[in-house]
Amino acid sequence: MPAIEANGLTKIFGRRPQRGVKLLAQGADRAQLRREGLTPAVIDATFEVAPGEIFVVMGLSGSGKSTLIRMVNGLLEPTDGVMRIDGQDVTHLSAAALREVRRTKVSMVFQHFALLPHRTVGENAAYPLKLRGVNKVEREARAEEALAMVGLKGWGGSLPSELSGGMRQRVGLARALAAGTDIMLMDEAFSALDPLIRKEMQDQLLELQAELGKTILFITHDLNEAMRLGDRIAMMRDGRIVQVGTAEQILNEPATDYVAQFVADVDRSRVLTAGAVMERPVAVVGPEAGPKAAHKLMREHQTSSLLVTGRDRKVEGLVWEDDVAEAVRTGSEALPVKRDEVVRVAPDAPLADLFPYAAASRAPLAVVNDQGRLEGVIPRVTLLSALAVPGSDSALSPADAPGDDPADGEPVLDTAGAR
Amino acid sequence: MTPTSVVVPNVPIGDAVSDGVDWIKATFRPLLNGISDTMSLLVDSIADLLLLPPALVVVGLFTLLALLVRSWGLAVFTLLGTLLIVSMGMWEPAMETLALVLVATLIAVVVAIPVGILAARNNTVSAVVKPVLDFMQTMPAFVYLVPVVIFFGIGVAPGVAATIVFALPPGVRLTELAIRQVDRETVEAGEAFGGTNRQILRDIQLPLGLPTIMAGVNQVIMLALSMAVVAGLVGAGGLGAEVARAISRVDVALGFEAGLAVVILAIYLDRLTGAIGQPTGRSLVAVLRRRQAATAGSPV
Ligand SMILES: Nc1ncnc2c1ncn2[C@@H]1O[C@H](COP(=O)(O)OP(=O)(O)O)[C@@H](O)[C@H]1O
Ligand SMILES: [Mg+2]
Repeated sequence: MPAIEANGLTKIFGRRPQRGVKLLAQGADRAQLRREGLTPAVIDATFEVAPGEIFVVMGLSGSGKSTLIRMVNGLLEPTDGVMRIDGQDVTHLSAAALREVRRTKVSMVFQHFALLPHRTVGENAAYPLKLRGVNKVEREARAEEALAMVGLKGWGGSLPSELSGGMRQRVGLARALAAGTDIMLMDEAFSALDPLIRKEMQDQLLELQAELGKTILFITHDLNEAMRLGDRIAMMRDGRIVQVGTAEQILNEPATDYVAQFVADVDRSRVLTAGAVMERPVAVVGPEAGPKAAHKLMREHQTSSLLVTGRDRKVEGLVWEDDVAEAVRTGSEALPVKRDEVVRVAPDAPLADLFPYAAASRAPLAVVNDQGRLEGVIPRVTLLSALAVPGSDSALSPADAPGDDPADGEPVLDTAGAR
Repeated sequence: MTPTSVVVPNVPIGDAVSDGVDWIKATFRPLLNGISDTMSLLVDSIADLLLLPPALVVVGLFTLLALLVRSWGLAVFTLLGTLLIVSMGMWEPAMETLALVLVATLIAVVVAIPVGILAARNNTVSAVVKPVLDFMQTMPAFVYLVPVVIFFGIGVAPGVAATIVFALPPGVRLTELAIRQVDRETVEAGEAFGGTNRQILRDIQLPLGLPTIMAGVNQVIMLALSMAVVAGLVGAGGLGAEVARAISRVDVALGFEAGLAVVILAIYLDRLTGAIGQPTGRSLVAVLRRRQAATAGSPV
């Protein structure tokens, strides 16, 4: 059973919004509704979020994301459609029943933290429990635990105004964790933070998620954030969900021109993996092949190097054209295999981590699985062109990419021996 | 007949209101008398209490309060100001006026805050309340002295009643504003974690709206003070009575002294209540608390 299930969810603002539902059913567009004085904020949204999934809703400002997330916990009542939490229809609940759902099933983290400024950090984290009538000793203990989880051990006695933005949002996160619900709603939770802090918070969220297995509905207008966090991403435009898919699906198979344009400026290197861009190896030689055969293959495929693989497709090394030509000339029978010069990468390595190798080695990178078997190769040109967006000629400069993160630069030294 | 009165007949609104007042008076006489007696009793007891100790003791208490709540500056002002009132011979009327202001403010606030909260929560209530408040605020103050005197007779009670009517509106308005302007997301947080309306009001809206609500209370007090003086005309006593006497005798000296006492009271009450809504951090309480925190925090 999905943790969250939206079916034909529609929210129209304005007087007598049901008119809008009828108009939409008759095929009217947003502009027509606007002329009637209605704002269709969310139109016919249908999606499911599995337990333990991070589901990201992504769209520009005004696309209806906040409206959508507020229908999940009933802060806004849908004009049409059904929202289910753990199979329970929450669209037609009494105020008391809705409060019960909010207390036990769904908590929320807010863009501007929404902490109580006159209460301490500890009291803020404990607030959901206080609303629920949990006794003081227990709620303090649970708040402290939640604060420790987000790295704020010992800050319980401070006031929110004494904390930095990032720390305040950690309190917001701790508050949602202390509530102890399985589902967490996060509306642009990191958007108000500096980029570096934001990245830290994303890492922390992923860590917590791995540990606690919460179901998270995360809203953002930042595609990179969506790609980093989302198991699946829903792209929203003008109130409609235009595509739901994994980061790679959205990048590589955009459902509409709009999505394609949207993903045009994403830092693709962070999202795409080696496995997504690798190609079938054009040619490999077995270790028992002679230099002559290798030389012929190289000339046919116009490459300056060849991978050498065993019968089990294990990568054993590579040969360079120069060495092979030399062996042919001297009549040597043995293939001049260089065992240490192959750069092996895992299929799930992010593209960004591969640039240093590409810069250092003329040979294609070998994509190998856990057993060391060859799955594909990534020639340098592929690596560079993977950064260019489909249907656009803008490309990220490969020189810039590794510079993002100084640690990425290190492998360059390891392969310095390569030509 | 003038041409206008031919076209537009004379609607006897004034007569209708007058009849209505007579009817209310006849019908609710016991209730009106009860209210009147209660208000007189309240004001008289507070005035008696303020006048019971020697004036200098009360001056000292007021000064101490100024120091505790606001600052040294206000304490000095209070000491000099209240001593001036004593030396002008205005102490007794000033304390009577203060008593009237306190009672009227208390009643006005007790009514205004719940009405303001209701108006903030419900647009219909807000739409109904707003024109009523406009009416109360713009109707010239002297005008409601007349029906009030008919209801309650001459004395303290009509003074308190007229003062409440005059001073109530900013209390309601600023309470409504205070609740409405509380950060939406913070209120949403209360809702999102399953808070009831009452919990959200108590934990979020009232504390976050407090400075604005206190600004409203401050306004109520200021208006009450100005009306309390006017109420002297209907026998409410206090500084208002002194002013009324000065006018009837064309006594500039008396009028000025009474007026000065009003001004001193006004500044004192304004600064005091202002500091409750927005602490200055310079009050004795704040200074001591800081010092204590500093010694507790420093290594021994
Ligand atoms: N309470 C409201 N009343 C009227 N219109 C609203 C209300 N809330 C949002 N809208 C409108 O709905 C649309 C979607 O808003 P929102 O859900 O906040 O978008 P997002 O969070 O993606 O920026 C916008 O056009 C916005 O103006
Ligand atoms: Mg939003």
